[in-house]
Amino acid sequence: MQTVKMVVTGPFNAGKTEFIRSVSEIDVVSTERKISSVAERVKETTTVAMDFGRITVDDDLVLYLFGTPGQKRFDFMWEILSEGMLGFVVMVDSTRPETFREARSILETFRAYAPTPYVVAANKQDKDDAWDSEDMRIALRLDSNVKLLPCVAIDKENVKSVLLELLYSILAEMDLGEA
Amino acid sequence: MALKGNLRDFTVSQLLNLINLAQKTGTLIVDGQNVAIQVAFREGKLAYARVGEEDNSLATILYRAKKLSAAQHKIIRERAGHMSDKELGLLLINANYISQQDILVSLQNHFIAVLNRLFTLVEGLFRFESDLLPPGDKITVRINLENIIIEGTRRMREVEQLQDEIPSLDMALKFTDRPGANLRNLNLSVEEWRVVSYINPKNSMRQIARATKLNDVEIRRIAYSLLQAGLVDIVRPEGVRPVQLPSRQAVQKGTPEEQKSLINRLISRIRSL
Repeated sequence: MQTVKMVVTGPFNAGKTEFIRSVSEIDVVSTERKISSVAERVKETTTVAMDFGRITVDDDLVLYLFGTPGQKRFDFMWEILSEGMLGFVVMVDSTRPETFREARSILETFRAYAPTPYVVAANKQDKDDAWDSEDMRIALRLDSNVKLLPCVAIDKENVKSVLLELLYSILAEMDLGEA
Repeated sequence: MALKGNLRDFTVSQLLNLINLAQKTGTLIVDGQNVAIQVAFREGKLAYARVGEEDNSLATILYRAKKLSAAQHKIIRERAGHMSDKELGLLLINANYISQQDILVSLQNHFIAVLNRLFTLVEGLFRFESDLLPPGDKITVRINLENIIIEGTRRMREVEQLQDEIPSLDMALKFTDRPGANLRNLNLSVEEWRVVSYINPKNSMRQIARATKLNDVEIRRIAYSLLQAGLVDIVRPEGVRPVQLPSRQAVQKGTPEEQKSLINRLISRIRSL
């Protein structure tokens, strides 16, 4: 049995757990804890170690999706989780521009850990106060060849599209490597 | 109990606050990654500071503060090199070259600048030697620490922010292909122009810093301002392959065809979800 993994990362409350939950065939093995900090209490719980989802491809192949903890004090987990990943998704909350700088920093950190393909998912695009994805591209200083995908993490089809785009990028990089 | 540890666990502002509140007398010695700094205190007040083996003679400090000309500095070094700082200070005052106030202000600014460099260190072993006082021939000052702590904490925040924005100096900068960006119309400082002249995907920011004699914070500050202006992008230096540990390689088993087949199987499965 071969297992491969992708990592879903991003700032606190970007929607990583929801993203994995939308496509995982098992209940996401979540390591959520009640939030103790008043400043971070925009939701009831947060991921402190990792989220863990699974998609069985066939008898020989399983894809695992790992969600990283978003708060910076748990960033020691990031390197461990990035080991051996196929690629990664950076989730960004489109309604919280104050997190864009951190998202950019997380992106750079993961690229330093492993230079694998990645896509950026502009989550919560269904909200009224969501930033336009092209404005987000400028704010996040993303190159025009980086895929920035509008997304609603609770919508399975949206999540599928993001994962497919990441897989297409991985394929394209393989083709480049061969050329 | 010995006051020693690592700045990683006990920050510079916490240390200075402790020295200030406990009104300590002695010398704080910090061994950072690339720099060693010594700062002496008397009853909780800054008295003296020096960086490693850098020239911190009074003549050089006054020259850097533009209180002495290059010619005066050269003559003093040649003819009065054997004099202590205190003797030289008296000589300059008596000869009406400079006032006592000028000397004190120049020294104060120099010592504060050293302390500000200390604030840029996030890691390094430190120890406080209670018995160690500044050399007797050096001129000391008495500066309250409160304002320095406040200013230093501001700088620390800036450093943290810059490190968040530019986590690694091993990356390179390249000019953006954005149409309309014209460097000639920009108002850049001398240091910024020098950095700009080295921008090339082949040069890492660390190399540029070395070539332009900038420290880590200064190169980050300039790179950040150019990034914010949309003039440059951060890229991996050309010719430098990323460090690829075997365990980090996800799809490394099998031939390229097998690897592609694996990805295609994943694509088919996700489409069918």
